[in-house]
Amino acid sequence: MTRATHRSAEEIGRTEFGPRPLPPLDTPRSGQSPETVDTVLANGLRVVAARHGAVPMVEMRLRIPFAGQDTLHPAKAEVLAETLLTGTESRDRVRVDTDLAAVGGELHAVVDPERLSISGESLASGTDTLLDVLADALTGAVYRDDEVAGERDRLVERIAVARSQPRTIAREELQRHRYGDHPFVREVPEAADVARVTAEDVRELHRRSVLPRGATLVLVGDIDPERAVADVARALSGWYSDESARELPELPAVRGGDLRLVHREGAVQSQLRLSSQGLPRTDSRYPALQIANLAFGGYFSSRLVENIREDKGYTYGAHSTFEFTSSGGTIMVDADTASEVTAAALLETRYELGKLVAVPPTDSEVESARQYAIGSLLTSVSSQSGLASMLSALAALGLGQEWLSAHPDRLRAVTREEVVEATRYYAPTAFTGVIVGDADKIGEPLRSLGGVALP
Amino acid sequence: MVEPQLHRVTLPNGLRVVLAPNAPGGPPVVGLSVHYDVGFRSEPEGRTGFAHLFEHLMFQGSESLEKLAHFRHVQGSGGIFNGSTHQDYTDYFQVLPSNALERGLFLEADRMRAPKLTEENLRNQVDVVKEEIRLNVLNRPYGGFPWILLPPVLYSTFANAHNGYGDFTDLERATVDDCAAFFDTFYAPGNAVLTLTGDFDVDQATELVHKHFGDVPGRSVTERPSFGEPFPAQQLHDHHPDPHAPLPAVALGYRLPDPVHELDGYLANVVLASVLSDGDSSRLQQRMVHRDSLVVDIQAGCGLMGAPLDARDPDTFTVTAIHTPEAGSERVIGAVDEELDRLASEGPDADELARVTARWSAGLHREHDRLVSRTLDLGSAELIHGRAELISELPGRVDGITTQDVAAAAKALRPDARAVLELEPASETNTAGGTA
Repeated sequence: MTRATHRSAEEIGRTEFGPRPLPPLDTPRSGQSPETVDTVLANGLRVVAARHGAVPMVEMRLRIPFAGQDTLHPAKAEVLAETLLTGTESRDRVRVDTDLAAVGGELHAVVDPERLSISGESLASGTDTLLDVLADALTGAVYRDDEVAGERDRLVERIAVARSQPRTIAREELQRHRYGDHPFVREVPEAADVARVTAEDVRELHRRSVLPRGATLVLVGDIDPERAVADVARALSGWYSDESARELPELPAVRGGDLRLVHREGAVQSQLRLSSQGLPRTDSRYPALQIANLAFGGYFSSRLVENIREDKGYTYGAHSTFEFTSSGGTIMVDADTASEVTAAALLETRYELGKLVAVPPTDSEVESARQYAIGSLLTSVSSQSGLASMLSALAALGLGQEWLSAHPDRLRAVTREEVVEATRYYAPTAFTGVIVGDADKIGEPLRSLGGVALP
Repeated sequence: MVEPQLHRVTLPNGLRVVLAPNAPGGPPVVGLSVHYDVGFRSEPEGRTGFAHLFEHLMFQGSESLEKLAHFRHVQGSGGIFNGSTHQDYTDYFQVLPSNALERGLFLEADRMRAPKLTEENLRNQVDVVKEEIRLNVLNRPYGGFPWILLPPVLYSTFANAHNGYGDFTDLERATVDDCAAFFDTFYAPGNAVLTLTGDFDVDQATELVHKHFGDVPGRSVTERPSFGEPFPAQQLHDHHPDPHAPLPAVALGYRLPDPVHELDGYLANVVLASVLSDGDSSRLQQRMVHRDSLVVDIQAGCGLMGAPLDARDPDTFTVTAIHTPEAGSERVIGAVDEELDRLASEGPDADELARVTARWSAGLHREHDRLVSRTLDLGSAELIHGRAELISELPGRVDGITTQDVAAAAKALRPDARAVLELEPASETNTAGGTA
């Protein structure tokens, strides 16, 4: 199928002209900040509305703090999220969907230990319908017995599917290892708990916890922000409580320590998941940490990826990312790697962590990471959905469009000294974590390396 | 919405160029992509997975760029990049701040002109690709379901049936000389489409395209063979044991009308798929998830790679469901057949069609609001259909699909000309939760 006569690889890789110089960059053009209104309604709901983008759509993100201490809370919350949009006095499940579909819309609810998130979008001309369906669910979801029973049964199955995913297993193990029995670890409920949830439990949880005070709603798209806020205020006027939505209790700081090896039968690849304490977005040192993180493992051109993927071929992807909660931020380092090279990949990861402290990023590493941080932010918020998600994440921290617009300048102002100072968050001793894999294959090499608690 | 105006240029070396600038005032970002007219259907026997492996090699350096330089220059300019291998094409893209447009063009041109194909980089990327396959297929439940598992049941020729990710033995056998042959055969400028979108001036950008791609030597392009094969003459059936899956699953595969030459017939299937499984009001969701509780999840769709209009003929209509062991695949398939029969005789009602059209238009708006997606969709439409503007005409064409069109599409999905793949949990030691 390929050509019988062809040039050799050497001939292909060479031209008469020879290597050419890299073209310089032009003068950067700065973007315009979107026209934004950011206000708190009488019911305590913070609303951020922004006009943005060239397509006739509107994106909606509602986040309600939704923590709970009750052992059954994760199960009840999961069933609530699955049934919130399945019916009110005036709409049944199918009607919710057909009303949304008529305006090219969708709404989805998901819950995690921190919050209930309702996200969706519609044609901008259908904003009223989108908000009407949303308001109807927030103030009038009825949780019919049959809908709750049906979702509950399906959830039990879906939980089994979720828990067969290596990434879910690794996440649960890491959360328990980092935070013990703090409510933050309970992301996927226990199937047995879900099976016990009644429709009345869910109704009661809705009354007690689906609250506007302390929640945030973001609308981004082809909208007039002033009018959009007025539309939200009108649509959600019936959503009221003097109580505030419930925030997650503060998390303890992540402490460095041994990794825990978790056996997974028949695994051909292992999940490496390391974590240390980082900084919240609001910290003045955060931009420097962001640059240090990119240089370490936060983008493709990082030390970790260049080492364990592009040099050694141990992994398809290695990452270093931040996880933010309302009270802080942690650093998460992950890679999935074949059983045969798991110990070697851990060794190299530890080496790169230590090296970041001992041999901090050079000027050119800092510059590259800085440009990437600025440029990739520009790209990610250039779409309506990207800006909506970013504003929603920021709103949960009490931040808004001003913070976003000023962030490129914050990144530009970071000095190399500040980056060097931030590298101390990458000290190997600051990390703990888990490795999920076939302990029969990876246990001995990991034992020899040390710093890993075997099952 | 004002559709961005499309401009076209073809260079003397055969490179086709599509320019789709934004209206002024948009974000200062540009998208650029190169689509090569070769995908995994074109890889030779004994070299499964080669097209995808070669895609990795294209990032490993070229005459002016050392290994790692491509990534560093894109990201160090504030940009993002990636590539992906499909049945009929391979794409490479960058999204950059607009001041880096010329740099992005330079990077794409350099590897189109003279990639460095070395033994060391080949062995390194074979290892990386094997990790990718472990991650996405071998170490997870439902890996490769159905895009790798269904084609060998439905199709009989190597091109259509084989695993595009490749067998490890084939990947390990790949040589640098294979790479050279593949490049010379398929990566000629005349076999590629360059697409630019976003914040740029058309005249300036055209000049830059000539400057950087103009002296990539033209090479002859071998005519692409047809991968057509007859429809199955009976129901084809197979089983796949999955050691990680907790629940059984079933995939149905049907042949679709030719996406290029029978576009409206194909789009009727796109509408049919939405009527069947898009949202709580769709037919299969209502009946099989909510009324009869037969399945945990069910999806119908056109195309094996997750999106319609991503390949030439032959293409596949799929229905996939994860179900409980109690429901059994026979009842699941029986319910799908009944719903297809109902649609074949009555068609969807007018409201259903209106909803599908509204969601489809909104979905396209949303997708094309992301510069990456708009760039890639324009490029693949130009490559496969010869018409990048198709992407903005689709809502109108979908709007024109009638109840009768959808009924005809449903009628053509015949049980006696389809593939059935049953995925079975191989669970003798299935402790999915580990020691947790």
